[in-house]
Amino acid sequence: MTVQQSDVLIVGGGLMGSAAAFFLRQRGQSVTLLERDQIGQYASGVNFGNVRRQGRHLGQLELANRSWALWKRLPELIDDDLEFIASGHMRVCYREDEIAELAAYAAAPEARELDLKIYRGRELHERFPFLGPDVKGGSYAPHDGHANPRLAAPAFARAAARAGARIEERTEVSEVQKVGGGFLVSTTDGRQFSAERLLITAGAWGQKLSEQFGEPVPLDTNGPQMAVTEPVPYALPTVIGVYTKIPEEVIYFRQIPRGNIIIGGGYRSKPDMLTRRAQVEPRSILNQIQQMRRLLPGVGNLNIIRVWSGIEGYLPDSLPIMGPSGQVDGLYYAFGFCGHGFQLGPGVGDVMAELIATGSTSTSIEPFSIRRFAGTTAQRSKAS
Amino acid sequence: MATARLNIPSGTAPRVVIVGAGPAGTRCAETLLAAGLVPTLVDENRRDGGQIYRRQPEGFRRDYATLYGSEAHKARALHDSFDRLRPRIDYRPDTLVWNLTPGQLCCVSQGRHFTLDYDALILCTGATDRLMPLEGWQLAGTYSLGGAQIALKAQSVSIGHRVVFMGSGPLLYLVASQYLKAGAQVAAVLDTSPLGKRIAALPKLLARPGLLWTGMKLLAQLCLARVPVHLGIQPVRVLGDAQGGVSLVQVKTAKGDGLDVECDALALGYHLRPETQLADLAGCRLAFDPASSQWLLELDEAGRTSVSGVYAAGDGAKIRGADGAEHAGRLVALALLEDLQQPVNAAELDEQRQALAVMDQFRLGLAQAFPWPSAQAKALPDTAIVCRCEMISAGELRRTVSEKGACEVNRAKAFSRVGMGRCQGRYCSQAGAEVIAAAAGVAVQEVGRQRGQAPVKPLSMLTGEVAP
Repeated sequence: MTVQQSDVLIVGGGLMGSAAAFFLRQRGQSVTLLERDQIGQYASGVNFGNVRRQGRHLGQLELANRSWALWKRLPELIDDDLEFIASGHMRVCYREDEIAELAAYAAAPEARELDLKIYRGRELHERFPFLGPDVKGGSYAPHDGHANPRLAAPAFARAAARAGARIEERTEVSEVQKVGGGFLVSTTDGRQFSAERLLITAGAWGQKLSEQFGEPVPLDTNGPQMAVTEPVPYALPTVIGVYTKIPEEVIYFRQIPRGNIIIGGGYRSKPDMLTRRAQVEPRSILNQIQQMRRLLPGVGNLNIIRVWSGIEGYLPDSLPIMGPSGQVDGLYYAFGFCGHGFQLGPGVGDVMAELIATGSTSTSIEPFSIRRFAGTTAQRSKAS
Repeated sequence: MATARLNIPSGTAPRVVIVGAGPAGTRCAETLLAAGLVPTLVDENRRDGGQIYRRQPEGFRRDYATLYGSEAHKARALHDSFDRLRPRIDYRPDTLVWNLTPGQLCCVSQGRHFTLDYDALILCTGATDRLMPLEGWQLAGTYSLGGAQIALKAQSVSIGHRVVFMGSGPLLYLVASQYLKAGAQVAAVLDTSPLGKRIAALPKLLARPGLLWTGMKLLAQLCLARVPVHLGIQPVRVLGDAQGGVSLVQVKTAKGDGLDVECDALALGYHLRPETQLADLAGCRLAFDPASSQWLLELDEAGRTSVSGVYAAGDGAKIRGADGAEHAGRLVALALLEDLQQPVNAAELDEQRQALAVMDQFRLGLAQAFPWPSAQAKALPDTAIVCRCEMISAGELRRTVSEKGACEVNRAKAFSRVGMGRCQGRYCSQAGAEVIAAAAGVAVQEVGRQRGQAPVKPLSMLTGEVAP
């Protein structure tokens, strides 16, 4: 049997894997990407489409900034339009003490490049007259925006393929082995692929592979809850999201130039990992309707025409797994982005390519290391 | 027939919900009631009868012969049955089932939301028009045949002064003759199916000689009234403008000559497609039916889906027409009774099964006589709109295949927006699949089918919640 050789083998064709394949080609590495289903099918293609930096873990902003710079250059980089609009992002709240928290975030040195501005009271309602009277304040990020997630991962994969990467869809991995200085991957259709370095970008399935290398992580799976209205004249360019600690109040929306308003947030659903389908919880949609009327009272007579979900991987500290393996040389991870990986996608691809090609990266990714779970999982396996 | 035992906690009555109060739903409810079960019957319409035996709104005074023609006695019989049932069942008209979870329906009625728990669910959700686009069909004044019929039946309104009927299938002739009878000017009946197909299908159509005769009488009436009827035509385009809408329909006759028909409205349709969204959301399997070249629910002979406790009958299950729906409604009720370990009269079961076998033979005859014109999708000009909701052209859809490699319906939808609009793909997804398959050079079943997504119909943001 012939074994397909490449410098780097990527398992998982979401946005992270596709972007990494593209940037690895930029750095002259030969790349094969294996995707069990279709590129960008689960988390990458179904998310809200927020290209948002504000509100992220402060330690993640350096990576988010690097990604933002790439988003700005995307059409020329990948020769494709992902419908990215740097339309501004507004994070609003219903309580005075929450304004103080937003202000503290805006004042943090890490958030300097975001140029955040705090609005409250009359100034807020003059600037955003469509917001409901319950909204007390907000933090405006002028450079953040949104894009079309359905297009992103496939566009990166096509660009990678044009640059010489080998993209194998409908190719399911059956076994991964460390052989000598490299890796040998067998697929269910009986093929074999080998490479010196292996990148796991398998999203909600990432820990199934990390576990095989002795690095289990407590990854949980959730289905995001999304809805879209019929199109109406384009009037709300700013992405709006609610900052709150009450889960029911979490809601965000964006209008696209086509006119539809896309809504997300609220209760998540439990995906069926066997059929690989995630349903929308009807109560989520009813809650979104209620919350939207509070946030945007003018939405009243619109109709929701479609709802959808997907499969996302979450970690208990709401941070991803990203960086080199703590156990195996040549093994790298980028998965479990906890429902906020879309904006990071190009940056993650670029950083992982840099790391894999050069052995280090200029962007801090230490907080996302898989080693942070080494102690807890060791204890857990002792207990069980 | 394999029964599938349903486990109901002892001492409680099974909660049976029927969706749809047309011929199938009504006969199903009647059969269950006769066996001592009290079903809940949910219907989206304000009144019972479904599409075929749609009851006119209160205040309208047309008689049965005017409304239902040769089928008046059947309409009256069904309505009379329903009127007897109505006080004895839990009837919920004007209620949309927009979503479901296992064992629970999500309903909206008059702007209020509520849930209905079920142990057994019988989907009698009917069918809608099957449509094939042509250039210009997005102009105002282009209706589906079913839509044109509803305007007439419900509101006594014609879709235009001078109407062209185009497409294929029994509904083409039925609606044209109903318009004629109502006094509208029928400019032409343009059928894509050539005469030869109909002659070849005669042996199967003779399974129901009475219905075949009714169909021939409709054709004779149209000819007697000097309505131009053309068989074996090829649609070319609809012409008109944004202001005034449709003004001209251009086709090629069977001989290959150009034919222009002036009109101010066009009713279009190629027989029917089943409404399977709820079954799809419930996880029921569908299978490609080569005879009608579309995806149908995978059902046993009696209407059991692949999901325990979920059943289907009527045109939503298989396009066997109104008479077939009445039999299927009764049969599916008997199947449910069997699954509940209740006594079922074997002779009645046999009678319904045999009647349905005849209807199925006729169904195959219709599919042969009035074939779905898949070649039209292949020949559709790049400029023709495929998805009217999102205004996406055939060229754009083809480019998602050729440039982006989307050889599967849901993927092509994600890239192009075809099927993403208000109609949820009801109008365009079958034709879209044909366009994708032709562009990819594969058979239409290879590109899959558009997955059902909630809400089944648009859900108003004004919807308020009420306790279940």
